[in-house]
Amino acid sequence: MFGFHYRLERHSIALAVAIILVASVGGAVEIAPLFTIDETVEHAPDMRLYTPLELAGREVYIREGCYACHSQMIRTLRDEVERYGPYSLAAESQYDHPMLWGSKRTGPDLARIGGKYSDEWHFAHLFNPREVVPESVMPAYRWLSRNELSTDDLGRYLAALRKVGVPYSDDMVAHAADDAHGQATPDSARARGVAGRYGEPTNIRAFDGDPGRLTEMDAVIAYLQILGQLTKAAYGSAPDAGE
Amino acid sequence: MVAQLTQFERRLALIIAGLMALCGLVLAAFGHRDPIGVHGLIILAAAIGTMFVVISGSFADVPDDSHLGRYYDDPIKVGVVLAMGWAVFAMAVGDWVAWLLAYPEMTFDAAWSGFGRLRPMHTTGIIFGFGGNALIATSFHVMQRTSRARMPDQLSPWFVLLGYNLFCILAVTGYPMGITQSKEYAEPEWYADIWLVIVWVVYLALYLRTLARRQEPHIYVANWYYLAFILVVAVLHIVNNLAMPIALASAKSFPIFAGVQDAMTQWWYGHNAVAFFLTAGFLGMMYYYLPTRSGRPIFSYRLSIISFWGITFFYMWAGSHHLHYTALPHWVQTLGMTFSAMLLVPSWASAGNALLTLNGAWHKVRDDATLRFMMVAAVFYGLSTFEGSFMAIRPVNSLSHYTDWTVAHVHAGALGWVALITFGAIYALVPILWKRQGMYSSALVEVHFWLALAGTLVYVFAMWNSGLVQGLMWRTYSASGTLAYSFVESLVAMHPYYIARAVGGLLFLSGAVVGCINIWMTARHAPGTAQDAVRDRPLVILASRSLEPGE
Repeated sequence: MFGFHYRLERHSIALAVAIILVASVGGAVEIAPLFTIDETVEHAPDMRLYTPLELAGREVYIREGCYACHSQMIRTLRDEVERYGPYSLAAESQYDHPMLWGSKRTGPDLARIGGKYSDEWHFAHLFNPREVVPESVMPAYRWLSRNELSTDDLGRYLAALRKVGVPYSDDMVAHAADDAHGQATPDSARARGVAGRYGEPTNIRAFDGDPGRLTEMDAVIAYLQILGQLTKAAYGSAPDAGE
Repeated sequence: MVAQLTQFERRLALIIAGLMALCGLVLAAFGHRDPIGVHGLIILAAAIGTMFVVISGSFADVPDDSHLGRYYDDPIKVGVVLAMGWAVFAMAVGDWVAWLLAYPEMTFDAAWSGFGRLRPMHTTGIIFGFGGNALIATSFHVMQRTSRARMPDQLSPWFVLLGYNLFCILAVTGYPMGITQSKEYAEPEWYADIWLVIVWVVYLALYLRTLARRQEPHIYVANWYYLAFILVVAVLHIVNNLAMPIALASAKSFPIFAGVQDAMTQWWYGHNAVAFFLTAGFLGMMYYYLPTRSGRPIFSYRLSIISFWGITFFYMWAGSHHLHYTALPHWVQTLGMTFSAMLLVPSWASAGNALLTLNGAWHKVRDDATLRFMMVAAVFYGLSTFEGSFMAIRPVNSLSHYTDWTVAHVHAGALGWVALITFGAIYALVPILWKRQGMYSSALVEVHFWLALAGTLVYVFAMWNSGLVQGLMWRTYSASGTLAYSFVESLVAMHPYYIARAVGGLLFLSGAVVGCINIWMTARHAPGTAQDAVRDRPLVILASRSLEPGE
């Protein structure tokens, strides 16, 4: 073995090829089968897609680096299931480009935050976290309510996501900007289109309390309120605590 | 800088800078409604600045052939300065965000100053700015010395170094504007990623071309590690950054993988960024600077073969231990845990090889703070690789994951291992580069050493404590069978540790500032060496074959 190496280390290209080959095995064995084994991602027929507004909120969540302190992955541990809800399934993030499972909980997990608090609570909390949670160390995100949401690129977001495998229809892509406005403006003509395209359970309301203006706050709250709500797959059977 | 370039290289530099200016202009023009436009302007400014420097230097005489009998060290000097600059910048940002966690109101009401936007400035600045520049600079030094050959040309080392720093600048200026892919340690968007691939290909070519000119039959161990660093980081970077841009004039893209596949790819990347950026490269550094500084040969050649291939093979399996108990299939978690445990063998073989090399030179460790930096780095390498294997065991991970214990582990590695070995290497390298008898002040090196060690210990102990407290509070049940603590109670318990951590970081940062002053004074004022170090020359002159500049 050492004799072989004695010869190998005299050839830079051979050494480089050997490094690539040896280093490729692990990734090939662990990653490639995740695309081919059907059981990897559970079947969730009721899975909904992010609406353009929720997707825009998700992009704000990414832009502000929320994932650095909040995970979206409830582990199969008893205390986590009791604290946050049923453990996360792979199906729930099957359309998440990128996934936001996170690696650190400076704040609590958000995988099932949707529907737990009111829109008003989220608004107050994002505007000044210490208003509602005095001990919080979360930054205040006041500018979210000042910034108008830019909807110009939403059609292109959906089109790009469709190219990487999210089943958005032509109709959804074409109406992306309208749907973003419609979702935050209840009782308008545009709002009815949203429910038609994305399903009746879609939240359609003025998330920041002001139907006249579409802000980044609307988008983020719409996104937070849908977390854990896109499919009921995880709630199907009684939560199985731990392993 | 330009004076050392041949006429052909000066023209080529001008053409490359011109092409980049054009790219910058196109991005700035078509992306003027998008943050990518700002990056276009930055690229344009960098390219025009480079053209200005090249043109103003073009009137200098073309160097004669005598320089071919010397190593080419100019880019290394710049690399060392850049590494120290990034260190101070990124550590300062890190300490800033550390204080923010203790006192969240100490900030501006502006998007750019949010914790989530500043944090990747810290991680990118340290890993890529500080670590990357240190690796590039030392690799240029090590590959020439161990091959006893000058670099094949004068342009590509500058292209690699400056191009790489442009990537770093695009990254850290992107975050405050909100440009990020959110993938940890791979945050820069698609166009910066493509640029890094171009730089990296030139880096690999430069390394292989230098090795091809070597006057030693064998390739020295340090080069294996630097090669693994370059090659594997390229593979990781390309696969993890595959993404679909929404438009060519927009910074925004969507990664092509989703959910569980994206998570596995990301942590295959993330863990091996630790393995091949923060471990392999720095082991290369250690394998050269530790033996040369201590004047002792490496303890065991065979041990270094075993540990090298062990690290190269095992590490790539370990990434899934970041995803224990998640929606990642159980079999992948088990593989990750198993290989992480086995990884302890090559890791401790490396650490042991380093420490045993010091046998017979321990009196130097006592007297020479530079060597002591490297010795303590090897100890921390051993400690954090043990901790890493331990934390990868599933039940241990159930406690440690998502808590500050992970942060403690990362910083035991990043401060204790990566930064200390780098400071040791830089203190060994600076007098050689600037042809000085030694550092300007060895007392300041001592001061830096103790500040760095104290900072590391304060930081790591604070985070170990907070991580354990946090993890235990989350899983504690009351007598009635309900969870004993709310989340916010665990957060309140962190406050004293967050202050201690920020103080530890401040100590470490002040050490780095002391180091910068010392390096500056060495370059400017330290007495030079009388002998022009005839020993520190490539072997080409003796080899009686004439050398073409472009060879």
